Amino acid sequence: MSLNSKAAPVSFRNVTKIYGKDVVAVDDINLEIEAGKLVTLLGPSGCGKTTTLRMIAGLEMASRGSIHIGDRDVTLLPATDRDVSMVFQSYALFPHMTVMENVSYGLGFSGFDKAETKDRAAQGLDLVGLRGFGDRLPSELSGGQQQRVAVARALVLEPQVLLFDEPLSNLDAKLRRQVREEIREIQQNLGLTVVYVTHDQEEALAVSDDIVVMRNAGIAQIGTPRELYDAPADRFVADFIGEANIIPCEIIAIRDDMASIRVGAFEHALPARGLQAGPALLAVRPTRLKIGASDGMDMTIAKATYVGSRMEYTLEAAFGQIFAISENVDAPLEVGSEITVGLDEIGPVLLPVDVTG
Amino acid sequence: MRELTSEKTTHPVLLFWIIAGWVGFFLLPWYGVEAFFSFEWMVDGYPFDPDYAPAGFLVAQGEKLWLAPMVLALIAPLAVLRKRKIDPIYAKMLILAGAFGFGWMILQGFAIGIRGWNFEWATALFGDLGDRQYGMGYGALICASAFLFLLTQGIAARGAINGDVFVVSAIGGVIVIVTAFVFFPIAKMLTAAFITDEGGYSVGVFLSKFFDDRLWGLGCLSGGRCGAAWNSLFLAVLVGFITTVLGLIFALVVTRSGFRYKRALRALTVLPIITPPFVIGLALILLFGLSGSVTVFFADVFGVQPTRWLYGLPGVLIAQTLAFTPIAFLVLIGVVEGVSPSMEEAAQTLRASKWQVFKTVSLPLMRPGLANAFLLGFIESMADFGNPLVLGGNFDVLSTEIFFAIVGAQYDQGKAAVLAMVLLCFTLGAFYAQRFWLGKKSYTTVSGKGDSGVHPHMPRALSVPVLVIAMIWAGFTAVVYVMIFYGSVVELWGVNNTLTFKHYVTAFSFRFEDGGIRWSGAAWDSFWTTLKIAGIAAPLTAIVGLITAYLLTRQSFAGKNAFEFGTMLSFAIPGTVIGVSYILAFNVPPIEITGTGIILVVSFIFRNMPVGVRAGIASMSQLDKSLDESSLTLGANSWQTFRRIILPLLRPAILAALVYSFVRAMTAISAVIFLVSAEYDMATSYIIGRVENNDYGLAIAYSTTLIFVMLSVVALMQVIVGRTEIGRRMTQSRSNV
Repeated sequence: MSLNSKAAPVSFRNVTKIYGKDVVAVDDINLEIEAGKLVTLLGPSGCGKTTTLRMIAGLEMASRGSIHIGDRDVTLLPATDRDVSMVFQSYALFPHMTVMENVSYGLGFSGFDKAETKDRAAQGLDLVGLRGFGDRLPSELSGGQQQRVAVARALVLEPQVLLFDEPLSNLDAKLRRQVREEIREIQQNLGLTVVYVTHDQEEALAVSDDIVVMRNAGIAQIGTPRELYDAPADRFVADFIGEANIIPCEIIAIRDDMASIRVGAFEHALPARGLQAGPALLAVRPTRLKIGASDGMDMTIAKATYVGSRMEYTLEAAFGQIFAISENVDAPLEVGSEITVGLDEIGPVLLPVDVTG
Repeated sequence: MRELTSEKTTHPVLLFWIIAGWVGFFLLPWYGVEAFFSFEWMVDGYPFDPDYAPAGFLVAQGEKLWLAPMVLALIAPLAVLRKRKIDPIYAKMLILAGAFGFGWMILQGFAIGIRGWNFEWATALFGDLGDRQYGMGYGALICASAFLFLLTQGIAARGAINGDVFVVSAIGGVIVIVTAFVFFPIAKMLTAAFITDEGGYSVGVFLSKFFDDRLWGLGCLSGGRCGAAWNSLFLAVLVGFITTVLGLIFALVVTRSGFRYKRALRALTVLPIITPPFVIGLALILLFGLSGSVTVFFADVFGVQPTRWLYGLPGVLIAQTLAFTPIAFLVLIGVVEGVSPSMEEAAQTLRASKWQVFKTVSLPLMRPGLANAFLLGFIESMADFGNPLVLGGNFDVLSTEIFFAIVGAQYDQGKAAVLAMVLLCFTLGAFYAQRFWLGKKSYTTVSGKGDSGVHPHMPRALSVPVLVIAMIWAGFTAVVYVMIFYGSVVELWGVNNTLTFKHYVTAFSFRFEDGGIRWSGAAWDSFWTTLKIAGIAAPLTAIVGLITAYLLTRQSFAGKNAFEFGTMLSFAIPGTVIGVSYILAFNVPPIEITGTGIILVVSFIFRNMPVGVRAGIASMSQLDKSLDESSLTLGANSWQTFRRIILPLLRPAILAALVYSFVRAMTAISAVIFLVSAEYDMATSYIIGRVENNDYGLAIAYSTTLIFVMLSVVALMQVIVGRTEIGRRMTQSRSNV
């Protein structure tokens, strides 16, 4: 016998959550999460990502719309009745129970007999590398170990969906990378459906199959990490996932889905992404600027900062300031020098002009 | 896969309450039996004797036919026992059956009493009943609970509070008992104020009693006597003011001076908990009374004629100040410590001198806390009964006037009710001011951020007088407590000062006889009764208090604010008011418990419940909510979460609530004095009886014994609670390695 997965898909249909009379935390969202995938809810604080997670858990009830897990409508079910477990930001280990009792806690309510409960709990601890820690109290473990106990406690129930609420935020920077890799590994080995909340875009890019970027109680964009990074739907996503310089430009012509654009006197061609001729925005990652290219935009170096592995430049252009990164640390450019900045072939993307300022 | 509770077709909880209802109706005696805990009825004519018969037998014999409709409400739930919870008929049926059963129970209980119909119009409408009924007994009680919890299960099934049966039932249960034992008696008392001698209702009666000169007279301004209301008000304002000042002084000494014996001063805070309320008055009599040691000393040395100056405002004022200063101290320690040190340090770095910091930053930040301490002293003084009774003399205050209106020769329930209303208005006004006016003004909420600053010491100009006053008052308090002990071992105070254990022997002697112990002392009876009643009340108080605290901190539901206000209200109701309202309300069916031990237990539960609620809220808000939530997502329901996560983590709070309500039950006098009976006499009322017979020696010996009993209980708790805390800290420090 070993721990299995009963992974199930999750689907939100026109779900709205209103607190009190008129505080809209989640506004009419539709979301399909495939079974066996790790999906991250990403967004700035207050965007509704944690509320969305808690609605899956049954700790908050949707005000409108319906939520399905697997083929069952769970909209009205309380947390107790849903086949979902959750790893909390604070871990929420029960301080008066040993590690073993913590991990067995949920099994006791799921109709397992004593021997089976013990077996499964031991397996759960094995899985997170804590064999032999069963008799300790949570307070006798380090932060990273506590985190793993919390994961084991949720895993052993073989939930249809496993939820993580900012699981790494209480760990120090070094542990974070290690633990997130472990979580990803377990998820992939067991084929679990995982919904993961974070506000750290790097973490989201590293662990996810799909990322749901949320903004102002709604969904801004859904896609794989690569799609979001390379083809953000709008300025918000471009800026939130990785850093991006947003440069106003003019589309002068469109041919075969390729757009010719103009920024000041500089002209460039790139995929049109369905845009029409007229004003648009150009999103360029700091690493995708070619400093000192023969053909490009005229800029002045306003600031130059040496950060060890690279140089960071703030550049002054006619349309405003942009931020650029150069790998060339051996021959840094002087502040005040005039340069020409070109664009990489891949990387820069066109975005529609913001509808709302 | 988890089994869905909403799709199960077996409902053990529902089944339990249906069976309980049937047992209550068909097996247990419906009406109250003489002694609640005696089972004599089992062999005495049960089940056919009408006094002991279950409702089912009565109805079958054609008696008390008004009980019959409840059978419907007992049968109806059986129909949905096999239905699923989400089936709308399930919820509808339970709500209907529960509401009908419970409603009918109340209706018949109030409509039909010991003289048939309770209402004239009912007699006019239905004719003379020709039958009667007494107070509710086991059967009725269990049946009523069954109806209530059928109703709450129905409401839960309709989806209230996520369909959580435990939470809905707990809310329902708390509302019903608080209504029955707080609001109902108060309402009953208010109506009693309008009843004329002939039993009719009249506003005139109320007005004439309300505007009585004994209540509102201002004679004292021209050398005569003032009304009790003015006296109470004046006394309460004085006591509130003085205790706040003294409390602040003690708090400053403990937190902001280099004083070495701070721990000894902190011990002061335990005193009001363990001291029976009139003991300080007794000690003052030993010191300053006609034959008191100080009085005699002055008479001998200076030839001053001894007077009765102590009896009246001065005595009551001194006694209450002694008794309530520790309470203000306790409140103000928190306030003074709560002022963030970094604010004061910031002021210092902005070039304010120590005195300027205190005047411009520390004191203004404490202001809401000071007002809070004042209001507490005000409420305590208003509600105090023991000290005015012992020391009041001709200085009438409301709480004693109420007592004499009921107990004295006048026996005027209406007057007692009016007096109680005035008293209630004063204390509720102060309570309201405290909660709603001050509640939002506190500057001393401790934030989660670490504040590593240190409180600066007081400026010297302040610290010297503060220290002097604190020492004098602490010394005085010590003398008073020494007097209590000394007074208990003196033959006859002021007359014959030889040392003796006579009083202890009279009170607590016992003999070994026929292989057993014979408790021959005069005090044993009331002592055991007190222990028994306090012992029964304490766990019940803790349970009700903690469940209420759980609902208030962990659940959100419509009307939560009103719910909180209602449960905390009894804190502001003076004991004398509770006492009067209880004898008015529970002397007649449907709840007929006057003269039993139950009424004492019940009064303690609801007098002390706010303490349990506060203790529970304080410690539950320290438990992170994610603990409950993770338990829920792991498949436990809210009852299992409460039992397996919250209760174990609250063990110190539970213990504190238990001990505190036990001790308070032992020292209570104001409500108790109305509710005791020959069979159930409590220690405090026994002592007051001794005092009234001028038997001070015995009274003081008994009081001293009580103080030591309670001191050891409190100390025991400190040891146990202290130990659990140390244990936790040690494990934490290990985790930091």
